[in-house]
Amino acid sequence: MHQPATILRPSAPVAIRIRRLVSLALVHAVLIGGAVFMLLPFVFMLTSAIKPPGEIFEATFRLWPRQFYGWQNFDSALSTAPLLRFLLNGLIVCGGILIVQLLVAIPCAYALAKLKFPGRPVLFSLVLLGLCIPVQAPSLPLYIAFAELGILNTYLSMMMPFFLSVFAIFLFRQFFKSYPDEIIQAARLDGVGEFEIVWRIVVPSAWPAIAAFSIFSVVAHWNDLYWPLIVVSDTKLATPPLGMMYFADSELGSNYGALAAGATIITAPLVIAFLIARRHFIAGITMTGIK
Amino acid sequence: MTTAAVEIAPLGAAPPASRQRWIERFAGLGFAAPAFILLVLTNLAPLAALAFLSFTNYELGALDFSLVGLKNFNSALQDPVIRRSVTNTLLYVAIVVPGGVLISLLVAILIHQRKRTRSLYEVIYFLPVTSTLIAMATMWQFLLHPTLGLVNQVLKSLGLGPTAFLSEPGLVIPTLAAIGIWQLIGFNMVLFLAGLSAIPRDLYEALDIDGASHPVDRFLKVTWPMLGPTTMFVTVTTFITAFKIFDTVAVMTRGGPGGSSEVLLYAIYLEGFQYFHMSYAATLTLVFLAFTLVFSVLQTFVLDRRVHY
Repeated sequence: MHQPATILRPSAPVAIRIRRLVSLALVHAVLIGGAVFMLLPFVFMLTSAIKPPGEIFEATFRLWPRQFYGWQNFDSALSTAPLLRFLLNGLIVCGGILIVQLLVAIPCAYALAKLKFPGRPVLFSLVLLGLCIPVQAPSLPLYIAFAELGILNTYLSMMMPFFLSVFAIFLFRQFFKSYPDEIIQAARLDGVGEFEIVWRIVVPSAWPAIAAFSIFSVVAHWNDLYWPLIVVSDTKLATPPLGMMYFADSELGSNYGALAAGATIITAPLVIAFLIARRHFIAGITMTGIK
Repeated sequence: MTTAAVEIAPLGAAPPASRQRWIERFAGLGFAAPAFILLVLTNLAPLAALAFLSFTNYELGALDFSLVGLKNFNSALQDPVIRRSVTNTLLYVAIVVPGGVLISLLVAILIHQRKRTRSLYEVIYFLPVTSTLIAMATMWQFLLHPTLGLVNQVLKSLGLGPTAFLSEPGLVIPTLAAIGIWQLIGFNMVLFLAGLSAIPRDLYEALDIDGASHPVDRFLKVTWPMLGPTTMFVTVTTFITAFKIFDTVAVMTRGGPGGSSEVLLYAIYLEGFQYFHMSYAATLTLVFLAFTLVFSVLQTFVLDRRVHY
């Protein structure tokens, strides 16, 4: 946004101005070419969702159909698969995960940053170790445990492995560490308990980190296929990606217009959220900077 | 394990230092306890169980099982499916890592210099990150259809023969890799853009004064060295992401054609959660962990130095 001035000065010699124009055109050509590649599936999805079956795979691609078939496609998508249910499931699972993650990670991060207690160095080492373990590693024993407990096919089984986010602990600890000790000390002198210090004094100041982590967490779990695919076999509990997979596998999988309409419904919430809160999204991803 | 002896009493604290210390210990333990319990339940205990399982012949639902030593590791070494999965995964990684890093670096540099169009390009390139990969993979499947797909129609109009991107053994991994890169570019680009805006302007001005203001000079002398830490971080995270390829295989190819797109995580999924060969899948998970661990440790190390507030 705040670039050094590379505007074409009218006083510049013609040769230089031409060279700049050419390089500018070249840059945009590369960027537009890339943009076409990035947008291709989105554009195809949106146009297919409003086309009648016969028009989707026509030899000449057109953005707008000759015959508008959007109502029928969305109608058959919504009536064949419980797509709104999938979205609701995604909301429940992501919301549940995020709330517990924050409730668990914030006090722990505060303790690691500001309190002296026995075992603190060990716990922090374990947090760093946890950052190195991909989520797929503990999935097998967790699956066996859930099967033994008889809680497969529940919301709990979808959320439970992610209740602890070592990354959240790590991120919040870094943030809390820079919080001035004097304020905490002053609160203590006023007789404010540690619990209240965390939630009413320190947490409000960590809002950027909490927002950033929340975005990161929701994007990751909304789009996660691996774990829901493993623990859920009941279509009613499917999250958006899993629902999409069932949907594409079903007999409707050959009704391409409806499938594209379904894909649109599944993709829309997060993409719309992104378009609305673009700055926060990008700032959040930059800050968390990890997958 | 912080010894009480090292502690310094808070300055001018009204409550006696010993009382404050006692409160901190009590609160600290209480605040950390839920996280610690969950850490044991969801990470440490499962990892220990995983290691144990890999030395047994346990199958889900089996009444008893026994220790079999390194048998699982031996079978994994000799299993052609596993060998192919590892080779395919590494091939995928070998395409996605350089592609995903270099292309996003290029895009970031080009976008960074734009003024009016920057946010538009930023949105477009970031869009795939927020989209549900499964839905988009289905759309890619249509686009790449050997006869009806848009991509092949374009190729045909250019006079190129139809290409079966997803059903030709030699092409399927490169095609999946291209989709993997498509999904990654936006994320990496944002990290690079953050790195680029942290480069002090006067470094470029110094170059101008030296008369070395050619774009290539600017890149080699300032941008590239200053972006070093970001590039390192992006490369490491891209490696980890690429190694975890699963979604596109599960929905687009299911390991086919003829096993040419079998990848490690998909093999683990099949062995463990479809065939319930738990002990064997545990062994494969350890192999998976071993491959990613080096890079995960690197990532944590870089992250620990990168996150400063």
